[in-house]
Amino acid sequence: MTEQPIIYTEHLTKRFGDFTAVDAISFEVQKGEIFGFLGANGAGKTTAMRMLCGLSLPTSGKATIAGFDVYKQTEKIKQNIGYMSQKFSLYEDLTIKENIRFYAGIYGKSDAFIKDKTAQLLQQLNLEAEGDKLVGSLPLGLKQKLAFSVAVFHEPQIVFLDEPTGGVDPVTRREFWNMIYEAATAGITIFVTTHYMDEAEYCNRISIMVDGKIEALDTPAGLKETYNAATMDDVFLQLARKATRSDA
Amino acid sequence: MRTLRFLLQKEFKQVFRDPAILRIIFMMPIIQLLVLPWAADYEVKNIKLAIVDHDHSDYSRQFISKVTASGYFQLDQYTTSYNKAVEEVEKENADIVVEIPVHFEKDLVKESKAPLFMAVNAINGVKAVLGASYLQSIVQDYNNEIRQQWMQLPRFSPQTTIEITSSNWFNPLMDYKLFMVPGILVLLVTMVGSFLAALNIVKEKEVGTIEQINVTPIKKYQFILGKLIPFWVLGLLILTIGLAISLIVYGIHPAGSFLTIYAFAAVYLLVVLGLGLLISTYCNTQQQAMLISFFLMMIFILLGGLYTPIESMPQWAQWIAKFNPVSYFIEVMRRVVLKGSSLADIAPQIGIILLFAFVLNGWATWNYRKRS
Ligand SMILES: Nc1ncnc2c1ncn2[C@@H]1O[C@H](COP(=O)(O)OP(=O)(O)OP(=O)(O)O)[C@@H](O)[C@H]1O
Ligand SMILES: [Mg+2]
Repeated sequence: MTEQPIIYTEHLTKRFGDFTAVDAISFEVQKGEIFGFLGANGAGKTTAMRMLCGLSLPTSGKATIAGFDVYKQTEKIKQNIGYMSQKFSLYEDLTIKENIRFYAGIYGKSDAFIKDKTAQLLQQLNLEAEGDKLVGSLPLGLKQKLAFSVAVFHEPQIVFLDEPTGGVDPVTRREFWNMIYEAATAGITIFVTTHYMDEAEYCNRISIMVDGKIEALDTPAGLKETYNAATMDDVFLQLARKATRSDA
Repeated sequence: MRTLRFLLQKEFKQVFRDPAILRIIFMMPIIQLLVLPWAADYEVKNIKLAIVDHDHSDYSRQFISKVTASGYFQLDQYTTSYNKAVEEVEKENADIVVEIPVHFEKDLVKESKAPLFMAVNAINGVKAVLGASYLQSIVQDYNNEIRQQWMQLPRFSPQTTIEITSSNWFNPLMDYKLFMVPGILVLLVTMVGSFLAALNIVKEKEVGTIEQINVTPIKKYQFILGKLIPFWVLGLLILTIGLAISLIVYGIHPAGSFLTIYAFAAVYLLVVLGLGLLISTYCNTQQQAMLISFFLMMIFILLGGLYTPIESMPQWAQWIAKFNPVSYFIEVMRRVVLKGSSLADIAPQIGIILLFAFVLNGWATWNYRKRS
């Protein structure tokens, strides 16, 4: 018997008026996986992710997250996930420590837990001396790493990352992915969108969305084989070329 | 409870770290209270009179000296020609024409009343109208005085005296500042309460942090309380600063108790905060929130009874004023400050304001969605 998938969707759809942003997507993600959610601008990635996080009500279809229904059990879902939105969403006018404390606090973590884990985290990020700096004053790469750390601070089962490395330099991106791997090793399922094909290679499996539909879903190696391509770039280009809609 | 504590800690830190908010909290009351009452000072002095005296009697001269001795009026023209007086108004040398008819003295003695004709320059309407009403009260006073003199004489029966009370009995010195300052305080509290709160929430939408909040298990009511409580405190803080300024600078000691003012303000702030929250649920950008806020503030000020007494507004405007929370607070403030009303006296207003608070907060809470 296989384990129940931690993310399960069936014909999940979101319409805005008569525009179908997410068109009947069906897929499963297993516990502990790093799942890459690819697609061109406007393909519908953010919209799909927001439905999975309980931020947006699906128009139709089914989905469960950690066994909880996205229609009826959003509060349960929220207890079990972390989310890093496409927009930077830490408070720039609070310090690093204050941000961590605030988000950990509202997830109901104890003061002792917060204190210990904050110290540990700052050490990991080499920020021991900078805990009292305002987040707004940090460089982008560091902000993104911090946002990720905050998103997994309360030890969720799944973390949703919406373009976490957009605009970040290659070295920092590497460090960022090391953090993702660490979280995955700790048992957190990773659901991540990206426009960088080198990052797609780091995922266990990836789906490629075109115009609201999932056009392909496999391991990076599997996809390259299917599409007879040397790189993920190639695979993506072959699929994305079919797109008729584009935000860009 | 613990969640709320974390929310409150965050809000207070952010508020007191924001130089713009601090400026608003401390500078706005100071500047508005120091400048506005002077600029908007409708206490009219130096009203220029053109007096057309057709009577040339002792009484008319006595009357004129009484008018000029009041300190509010300046005699610009003393003439017998009405046209000449009107010319003075046209040249803006005079604000009011007073025509003393022939037989002024005779009528006064015989019928114990004498008609006076008054024409006011409508260009500076406020000055002229207020001037006219001062003038009227002086005339009444004068009338009264004369009757009292006659009272000494037995042939006048006592029933001819009429008790004349000033219509400004609760503001005996006609001190306009005493009237304006409490009203301005109300506007300050209103602005801070609703618009700072609205902008604050909309800013979280704009920046995107609200999305992060919505994906946490925070309950709707916790988030809303976390936003309302800090601005409720700020509102009371501004009120305190404002009351201190009016005490120190203008020497305004409320005739009633501070406790009454605070009690009403505490409830009133729930209304303004509810309004702020409501605005924020309908706006996605701070710009939109600002525009709506300005629009509402305009109505609140114009139909709040700060400048124009509500009783002298047209019927439709009086109806709107009934739905204007600002008008209730201004009324209550003036009553407590000038008349010394107690909590029991303003119970009806508290009731209405509570109703407003329930409706606005209920509507806003209903409209605030964690999920789109
Ligand atoms: N609230 C909304 N109302 C109407 N249309 C929307 C709404 N949100 C998203 N859309 C549309 O749905 C489509 C998918 O948007 P979405 O943000 O999900 O794309 P995306 O794959 O995340 O793109 P990107 O890579 O640019 O982030 C776009 O065409 C967008 O304009
Ligand atoms: Mg997106």
